[in-house]
Amino acid sequence: MSCAQTFTDYALRSIGIGQRLLPKSDITLCEQFVLIGSGMIWNIYFAVLAIATGFMFATALALAKASDNKFLNYPATTFIFIFRGSPLFIQFFLAYETFVLLPKLGIDINMGIATITAETRWLTKAWLGALVVLFFNTSAYSAEIFYGAYNSVPKGAVEAAEAYGMRGFTRFRRIIWPTMLRLAWPSYTNEAIFMFHATTLVFVSSFPAWRQKGDALYYATYFAEMTFNPFIPYPIAAAYFIGFTILLILAFSLVNQRLNRHIDPKERKKIRYRPQIIR
Amino acid sequence: MMSFCGDPASLAGYQWWLCYLTNNNHFSLYSSFLTVMALLALTAPLAMILGFAGALARRSGIFPLNLFGQIYTSLARSVPEIIFFLFVPIAMDQAFEYIRHKIKCPEVTDPVYQGNDFVVCAAAKLPLSTSDAWVHSTYGFLLAALGFAIVFGAHAANTIHGALNAVPKNQLETAASYGMSRRQSFWRIHLPQMWGYALPGLSNLWMILIKATPLLFLLGVEDMVYWAGQISGTKTAAYYDYPHGDWRLGYFAALLVFYLLMTRVSEIVFGRLSAHFATGQATLGGGSTQGLQA
Repeated sequence: MSCAQTFTDYALRSIGIGQRLLPKSDITLCEQFVLIGSGMIWNIYFAVLAIATGFMFATALALAKASDNKFLNYPATTFIFIFRGSPLFIQFFLAYETFVLLPKLGIDINMGIATITAETRWLTKAWLGALVVLFFNTSAYSAEIFYGAYNSVPKGAVEAAEAYGMRGFTRFRRIIWPTMLRLAWPSYTNEAIFMFHATTLVFVSSFPAWRQKGDALYYATYFAEMTFNPFIPYPIAAAYFIGFTILLILAFSLVNQRLNRHIDPKERKKIRYRPQIIR
Repeated sequence: MMSFCGDPASLAGYQWWLCYLTNNNHFSLYSSFLTVMALLALTAPLAMILGFAGALARRSGIFPLNLFGQIYTSLARSVPEIIFFLFVPIAMDQAFEYIRHKIKCPEVTDPVYQGNDFVVCAAAKLPLSTSDAWVHSTYGFLLAALGFAIVFGAHAANTIHGALNAVPKNQLETAASYGMSRRQSFWRIHLPQMWGYALPGLSNLWMILIKATPLLFLLGVEDMVYWAGQISGTKTAAYYDYPHGDWRLGYFAALLVFYLLMTRVSEIVFGRLSAHFATGQATLGGGSTQGLQA
């Protein structure tokens, strides 16, 4: 089988398009490259959606944590402590077990309402259930970063805004929020890189890969088990991750340039990438 | 364990719970908490040693050593750690077996990789197929600990390298002007002051290490995630003394609480440690305690 043929068979295998059966014997290098790359679709899907939605929720959480109102402060602080203080791996397990129980509980309460029961069923699938966990997790970590940045917003800038007559949401949108993002961006970039790497946990934890539609690590593990040789599939997966991490860093540094466009390029601080490892 | 536990079917209320929570499976679960503690106790010092070695290698003027330090520290940063955790134990295992194969059975000339199989002679197997089950599980555990130590060592090396650079140059110049040799000033001035700068990063690493321990489960070590999964599933009265429904939610919630407690305790301990290392330093944190203790 030629490599082009393998590509058409397996390039979209992870989302269920193409050849149904995975290669079982005489596994070629091409098949490993194509299938592991196909799995990367899921890693990118999880990372992009979790980071995009988590960004907004994290901003809200950070403001709630910084607020003096204890009805906002306590829930936000507790939420952040729980999701930052426990392993993502356990969170996946716990969430999956909760989601599996949901329809059983839901049938009694929501009998006859088809939409709600259908929704709870989706939560047991990785595409939604795992995404919810990743969303909460990245929200908590990003909120802590944003909270720290919020506290470092210079007082003078806020006072100047007030002197100009800006109050409330206008002041937040024009002064506080851009400054907060600018201060938080280097750490937030690391968080995004980390989130991307954490997507590998989805299928090795409790969420089952339905019809062998898995992520890059799922296929890498499959090949390692089929060939008894970990030295090829895992480095392939690692290479894909390094490649996409570089793309992610490029995208984030574009935003960083935009956030710092009023600062003399010579005085801009260079971002140092130090992704946190596990959570 | 209790005297009244002989006939579980007749038990009710708190007695049932007492007997249920002290049956053999639960003791395996409790002892797996010790496995996690043992992993932390083994990995932390090992990672620190690797971290020091990596940091010193990066500072070294000898080119190959320096290059090794650079590669070691940057590798762990750009690859998802879980790929490392899956890869390092298998790779180590195969490396050990390959070396033993070459030493113990030189007469076997067949290649080790036969198609898709990794074949070594029986004497080179690690552990030997005749050895007890506990040897196998200990060996698996040690491989996992080594994998953890290599990954966390790389990150510790980064932190320590940064901290060594953060010590003010004046301190080292003063040491030199007192006539200390490079070795003396390293051990007496540079290293003791480094801790204050390294502690925030190291405490962060420790928190991450705690939260990484459930990955042991992926490496086939029977840790608490494994046992919680085993015990908590539905148990029918036909096969089990203590039948119950699907309790996985409760058991995993208990694990979550365990990790939250670990995090909280570590936060408190590291708070004290950083106060200790800040004492006497000309920083904001150190200045406040200085006046009080004088």
